[in-house]
Formats: sequence, C-alpha cells, structure tokens
Amino acid sequence: MSPMPSPHPNPEDAGRPDAAPTQVDPAVDSAVGPAVEVRLLSHPTYLAGSRELVIGIARRLGFDDNGAGKIALATDEALANVINHGYKRQPDRPIWIRLWPLAAPNQPGIRIVIEDEAPHIDPEAICGRDLADVKPGGLGVHIIKEVMDVVEYSKRSPVGMRLTMIKRLTPRAADPTADPTADQSTGPTDDPTRGETEHHG
Amino acid sequence: MDEPTDITITTEQRGDARVVFPVGDIDLSRSPVLRQAMKAELESKPKKLVIELSGVEYMDSSGVATLVEAMQHSRKAGSALVLCSLTDRVRSIFEIARLEQVFVITLDLEAALSA
Repeated sequence: MSPMPSPHPNPEDAGRPDAAPTQVDPAVDSAVGPAVEVRLLSHPTYLAGSRELVIGIARRLGFDDNGAGKIALATDEALANVINHGYKRQPDRPIWIRLWPLAAPNQPGIRIVIEDEAPHIDPEAICGRDLADVKPGGLGVHIIKEVMDVVEYSKRSPVGMRLTMIKRLTPRAADPTADPTADQSTGPTDDPTRGETEHHG
Repeated sequence: MDEPTDITITTEQRGDARVVFPVGDIDLSRSPVLRQAMKAELESKPKKLVIELSGVEYMDSSGVATLVEAMQHSRKAGSALVLCSLTDRVRSIFEIARLEQVFVITLDLEAALSA
C-alpha cells in the first residue's frame, strides 16, 4: 500500500514531533503521509465499512482476530462519538481516518488518528462515565480507553478535534499465522507520539 | 437522518417467554431498529423476554445501550430479561463495559428459557 499525500493538511502538524522525525520511516513520516487515509461523511451507514478497513489492516499487521476486533470497536466508538456529539448527527460532515503501522525497535502496532471539523471542546473534559452507574449510553470513551494503549484528544486548528490512538502488538494479541512481510513495510523509527500523554484504560 | 435497516429481527413465543432473534451487526445505524423491537415486545409485558444473540457478530456501545434501556423497561414491565448465545465479540464488549454481571446471560436458548 503506497503512502499518499494528505489532502487534508493540518497547520498544527508543523510543530508536532511526527512532522520531521530524525529517522525517516515512510510508514510514519507525516511529510509523506499515513499508510492509509480515508475521508468519510458523518453518516452511520459508513461505520461498517470503516470497521472492515481497520480490522483488515490490523490483522495484516499481526493482531489476532480478537485484538483486531477490539481495535475496530475502538475506532467505531470514536467515529460514533464524532457523529453523535461532535456533529450532533449532521450526516454530511467530514471525518478523516489515518492509519500508520508502528515499527521496531519497540513493540510494533498500529496508530490511528481520527480528525473532524466539529467545534472545539476541552480534551480534559472527555472522559467515560462511572460504570457503576448503569444506564444507557456514555460507554464509548470508556471502551476506547480500555481497548487502546494510548488515547489522546487534542484540538485542531482552526476548528475540529483530533483523536490519536495507539495499540501495541503484544504477544497475547499477536496472530502467529500473520503474514511476516507485514512488518517489513515499516522501518526503524518508533512511533512519533512517544512522549505524549498516555491514558491507560 | 435516514438509517439503513439491514438487520432482521424475528420473534417467537416459547412457553411463557417471548424470544427475539436479531441477525446482523448492531451499530449506531442499526440499534434504533433493535430498540423499536424491544419496546414493542415489552409493551405486551411478557413474563420473560429472551434475546438470542447468536446472529449478532458485532455490537457497539449503542447496541449495549439499547439492551440496558430494555433491561430498565423490563423491570418496569415486570418482565425478566435474559440474553443468550452471545458471540465472542459481543461477549467481549459486555466484559469491557463490565455489564456481564448486570445482565442475566446464558450460554444458549435452552438455558435462557429455563433460567
């Protein structure tokens, strides 16, 4: 899969640590672009297709069915939150999904970035509800944080929110039958979000 | 917003229980269909409402929310709500949401009917 230039450049990227890694890895170099980039409209119809995309790539990167399914679930919940809360169910607003494989020398995995043009909210205010309070709704953020190793919300400029999620490939999540060539598409650079805030679920 | 309805929901009477068989992924676009079906079944205040989930390969939090809502309505209606035959992926989201102890969940339909 060839990297492609982003049709959605983000001015905030200029100062980000992933903008110019010292060891350029085409898989994670934002100057080249993500390995996969998809733009979809904020209509629930398209959630199924994005799930299939994410689960297929996660499997290819070595996650087993359970691990890939959970990554797709987290992505689905993130998109649903954009549709429901960011865009208030407007069905024709843009959402971008970008995927990067993460490479050695640390644990490989997948980085998923979801961006929108919804109004800014305070990233610190995004949190899951108390699970002891059993009621319909409010589970999405909890699921995302439970499933993914790194979850970071940030504001885009001038408008919109960005969610960065990382899932590392652990021995438990690894599929021993995965295509070993999948990891050859990535180079020596570790993921560019090292040092960013981590929220473990 | 128009929603697709590519989920099928059939119901059967088994003794004094109503059994609902949803088939298809239950996500943000499909959960309203399940919600409507649950509401319709609970209006008749069955002694027991069983939701047989073997045909649901995927469920997101909107589907879970629909079932939580059904559980609340079932309590008001005096109906027992039982979930059965969960696929691994669906069971996984109940575990993540820590709801596996909140619902009555059985391995299969036979166990649900005798629960």
